[in-house]
Amino acid sequence: MKRYSAFAIAREALRHHKGWERAWASPEPRKHYDVIIIGAGGHGLATAYYLGKNFGITNVAILEKGWLGGGNTGRNTTIIRSNYLQDPSAAIYEKSRSLYEDLSQDLNYNIMFSPRGVIMLAQTEHEVRGYKRTAHANALQGVPTEFITSERVKELVPIINLAGPRYPVLGGLWQARGGTARHDAVAWGYARACSDMGMHVIQQCEVTGIRTEAGKVTGVSTSRGDIGCNKLGMVVAGHSGHLADMAGFRLPIESVALQALVSEPIKPCMDVVVMANTVHGYMSQSDKGEMVIGGGTDGHNNYTQRGSFHHIEETVRALVETFPMIARLKMLRQWGGIVDVTGDRSPILSTTPLEGCFINCGWGTGGFKAIPGSGWGFAELMAKGHSPLTDAFGLNRFYEGRFIDESVAAGVAH
Amino acid sequence: MLILTCPCCGITGEETEFHGGGEAHITRHGPQSSEEEFHTYLFAKENPKGVHFERWRHNNGCGKWFHAARCTMTLEVFGTYPAQTFEPPQDLKDKITAKRPGWTWRDFS
Repeated sequence: MKRYSAFAIAREALRHHKGWERAWASPEPRKHYDVIIIGAGGHGLATAYYLGKNFGITNVAILEKGWLGGGNTGRNTTIIRSNYLQDPSAAIYEKSRSLYEDLSQDLNYNIMFSPRGVIMLAQTEHEVRGYKRTAHANALQGVPTEFITSERVKELVPIINLAGPRYPVLGGLWQARGGTARHDAVAWGYARACSDMGMHVIQQCEVTGIRTEAGKVTGVSTSRGDIGCNKLGMVVAGHSGHLADMAGFRLPIESVALQALVSEPIKPCMDVVVMANTVHGYMSQSDKGEMVIGGGTDGHNNYTQRGSFHHIEETVRALVETFPMIARLKMLRQWGGIVDVTGDRSPILSTTPLEGCFINCGWGTGGFKAIPGSGWGFAELMAKGHSPLTDAFGLNRFYEGRFIDESVAAGVAH
Repeated sequence: MLILTCPCCGITGEETEFHGGGEAHITRHGPQSSEEEFHTYLFAKENPKGVHFERWRHNNGCGKWFHAARCTMTLEVFGTYPAQTFEPPQDLKDKITAKRPGWTWRDFS
């Protein structure tokens, strides 16, 4: 793989850009791999990358039924933060956030990580208490966050309306090291690095069945034929329940559509990410100038990837209260993604009843921020059978009652 | 957006008039049950791509609970029926079979 650099741009400029290589190969599937990862979204590709980088396992295929990063990786609002309440969550999300910091250098691919800071607004007394508690918990976990006053919120976000008609802004939880990144680039960067290590990224290859022998996984049936493997990782977000059905076990997961929208591009007006969880809406400004807006989930299970009108209305109403200047903005695009929600709003990174089969799912409404950390931990789990990052997130926590309750920190109304 | 008809008061309304109450026909296992049964009751959810049975409440209306049969892929509502039953009525099952041949949901088909 030729490295991307300022020198490469100069060289290609001199020869009419004819020397650029394809970022990743599109190989025909082999008969057998050491490891198959189902799902070439951020989490699946990151898992494959760290399997290769940290454990030297490179005979890996990543199967994708659609196109690379076309699921939730390309549908989220790109927010990166790690201000969660419980210790296991703080560990994996903070690992992830810190990996994001030098991911562009690590992958030699500009993921446009922008640590611009994230504010979660406190708009009720309960929220003030809750976020102060989170700030204290984060201090103990070594995650720098602080509870800030409404005056400081106004300094950071001049366009905000503090005296909202329903819920005035009383303060906020501020994580200065949080921010955003280019979501597609994260998938593309990992795919390019995986391909460079000799892994096979196989798109338009839908898994139609899981092949087993004596309670052990032996491979998968796909729309491009049967492929064998020693270990199988399922990393398919909203469709996890569907794949678990094929493998013969059930998951404590429900799939719902979560939607987002972006406005027409405007001049820079807000250089932090603002989440307003009481009125429910969150917003940041992309490098192109579009206001990126996230909303709530549908109130019923579905796989429609489109969202619904009344949730757009709720979200936009909340944001117009919070930012009156956006009242006349036109919206350009709206879309939905299928998120996999667990009872305690924490992910599942686990072995499964089927030997050799591992599952990484349940990231629900906030998986993008976790991509590098999730890949790092899940790769260790697949390679060694356990990982300090993922041990608390096993499926057995639902039998043992060891929940990791993040229903507040998840930040999206369900 | 879903259009649902409340079988209790007969009024047809759109989704915001109702509130989803999750999976239908759950057996509520109590203190005498096995760990597996209790775990299944609490956590192992039906999450099908296709035909699904749910509980709904007519929140901004008569306030009564009822059941609905729905497709999670297309959001088509096959029908609604009263809450006081352990399984969907046969005519609704036939209607679903006509539209989605070979469907299954837990023990129903």
